[in-house]
Amino acid sequence: MASDVENIATGFKPVAVEKPAITRNIVVPRRHPGRWLAVAVFAILALQIGQAVSVNPNFHWDVYLTYLFSPQVIRGVGWTLLLTVVAMTVAIVVAGLLVVMRDSDNPVLRGIAYGWVWFFRGTPIYTQLLFWGLFAVLFPNLSLAIPFGPEIVSVETKYILTPAMAAILGLGFNESAYLTEIFRAGFNSLDRGQAEAAQALGMKPGKIWMRILMPQAMRVIIPPTGNETIGMLKMTSLVLAVPFTLDLTFATNAISNRLYLPIPLLLVAGTWYLAITSLLMVGQHFLERHFGKGVSVHPTRAE
Amino acid sequence: MNANISEFCVEMQNIHKFYGPVHALKGVDLRVRRGEVCVAIGPSGSGKSTLLRCINQLESISAGRVLLKGELQGYVERDGRFHPLSSGQIAAQRRMTGMVFQRFHLFPHMTALENVMEGPAHVKGWPKEQARKKANELLDRVGLDGFGGRYPGQLSGGQQQRVAIARALAMEPEVMLFDEPTSALDPELVGEVLDVIKDLAMSGITMVVVTHEIGFAREVGNHLVFMDQGQVVEEGHPRTMLASPQNPRTAAFLSKVL
Ligand SMILES: Nc1ncnc2c1ncn2[C@@H]1O[C@H](COP(=O)(O)OP(=O)(O)OP(=O)(O)O)[C@@H](O)[C@H]1O
Ligand SMILES: [Mg+2]
Repeated sequence: MASDVENIATGFKPVAVEKPAITRNIVVPRRHPGRWLAVAVFAILALQIGQAVSVNPNFHWDVYLTYLFSPQVIRGVGWTLLLTVVAMTVAIVVAGLLVVMRDSDNPVLRGIAYGWVWFFRGTPIYTQLLFWGLFAVLFPNLSLAIPFGPEIVSVETKYILTPAMAAILGLGFNESAYLTEIFRAGFNSLDRGQAEAAQALGMKPGKIWMRILMPQAMRVIIPPTGNETIGMLKMTSLVLAVPFTLDLTFATNAISNRLYLPIPLLLVAGTWYLAITSLLMVGQHFLERHFGKGVSVHPTRAE
Repeated sequence: MNANISEFCVEMQNIHKFYGPVHALKGVDLRVRRGEVCVAIGPSGSGKSTLLRCINQLESISAGRVLLKGELQGYVERDGRFHPLSSGQIAAQRRMTGMVFQRFHLFPHMTALENVMEGPAHVKGWPKEQARKKANELLDRVGLDGFGGRYPGQLSGGQQQRVAIARALAMEPEVMLFDEPTSALDPELVGEVLDVIKDLAMSGITMVVVTHEIGFAREVGNHLVFMDQGQVVEEGHPRTMLASPQNPRTAAFLSKVL
């Protein structure tokens, strides 16, 4: 050892001059016999289930195929999709407003936002929908008037609060309470320095919300909101309570009651709900990609 | 509005700041002339950040007055009473200052170029092309030509801080405020950021810099302020003050950091 050190110190060059070519290690792929066994077991199971389902006459696949694209069902799909999208839009707008109100300096606005969430989260959606359906009974006329003074305009409630409207408001307002909490969590997850940096640039509060905070909060907000949207899709089957009678579940139920064949029509409804959910999931994927800008570019960096 | 006021770019008169029971600023007076590089030093918790944040109204003051180029900040004074300005008016006043933070606070969802463009394009309302041109010039000026397309997560700390400086400069402020701009950086990155700030100082822009870099204060500063326990204990020219501090608290602090 000591002599080696001396050699280096006196200018001895121990390193080879020529660099050998790199030979990569030969890696033999690991075998996974367990995986193949699992594949075999599940393939056999799938075949058996597939056979049992397709051959079983109780499924009435002919009825399923007849009604899958029947006009009544397609119309139901359209209404269900419409209810989901419009009610969700109402919910997002209201929740956006409530989140800003909850963050405001005005104690009255904060109180209203708090009360709204408390009420709509605290009562069952079915009860709320029944209530919206009965609204026209409670208040036959909607009028704009000076309090205790003369009326300016008056309309019969049933022309404004149609069943479709009642369904949308019922679903939307209920959902807004849950979305408010999701949005709040999203905004709370942001560093306070982001808003301060924008303030220091001289940006006004509205712009700070829209340009700086919202796009960043979206990353946190979108996945649970996607969940809520799928939940909303299924919640539309409750609008019978209003009563609103054009949605998918009502349509398939009506047909199955007529035919005394519930199974194929349940399968029709299930197929369509799955199809819409898949569509929504594709939409969510693209939204997540859009708002992931600047984060997904370098996922290993925690800063 | 008279001559002796507008001579100062920043004027703080008897500022007090309370955070609940914490008395963070205890009657601070500070005057910064146009073109001056004012460096504030002092132990941790002495109120340096608070002082800086009172200048651009990130903190509301509990007592006293802040004037920028003679204009009272945050309030209109009528009949000896203070009437708060609206959030829009406060935002407009903040355009007189640019701020650089210890932890950069770049907008992570925008590229470096978009970060710098944000002020001109969306606060001043410039056309996109003009804002882009300005942003590219500024990135060039801080030595980041060609980095405009990167997101903050793809830049080193020193590069991020230089983008943050460019972002503040893009608003063409009267005064630049720096709050420990190099404290969050690895030692080998401190130099590149200080060089950019030095260049700015040479160009004659008024600055207030909070820093622990005493060498920077001596070399670049022409007004040194020592703060302790919420008060300005001593101020003067950096070279004289660093060489022979008059106040024993200044001397004690300097003996620890030099
Ligand atoms: N948001 C706050 N709430 C309560 N107290 C605060 C707040 N911000 C600052 N303080 C207190 O005010 C005093 C001054 O703080 P400040 O951040 O201005 O100090 P500093 O000189 O910048 O310190 P440092 O060198 O560590 O950054 C400290 O005692 C601190 O604890
Ligand atoms: Mg500080």
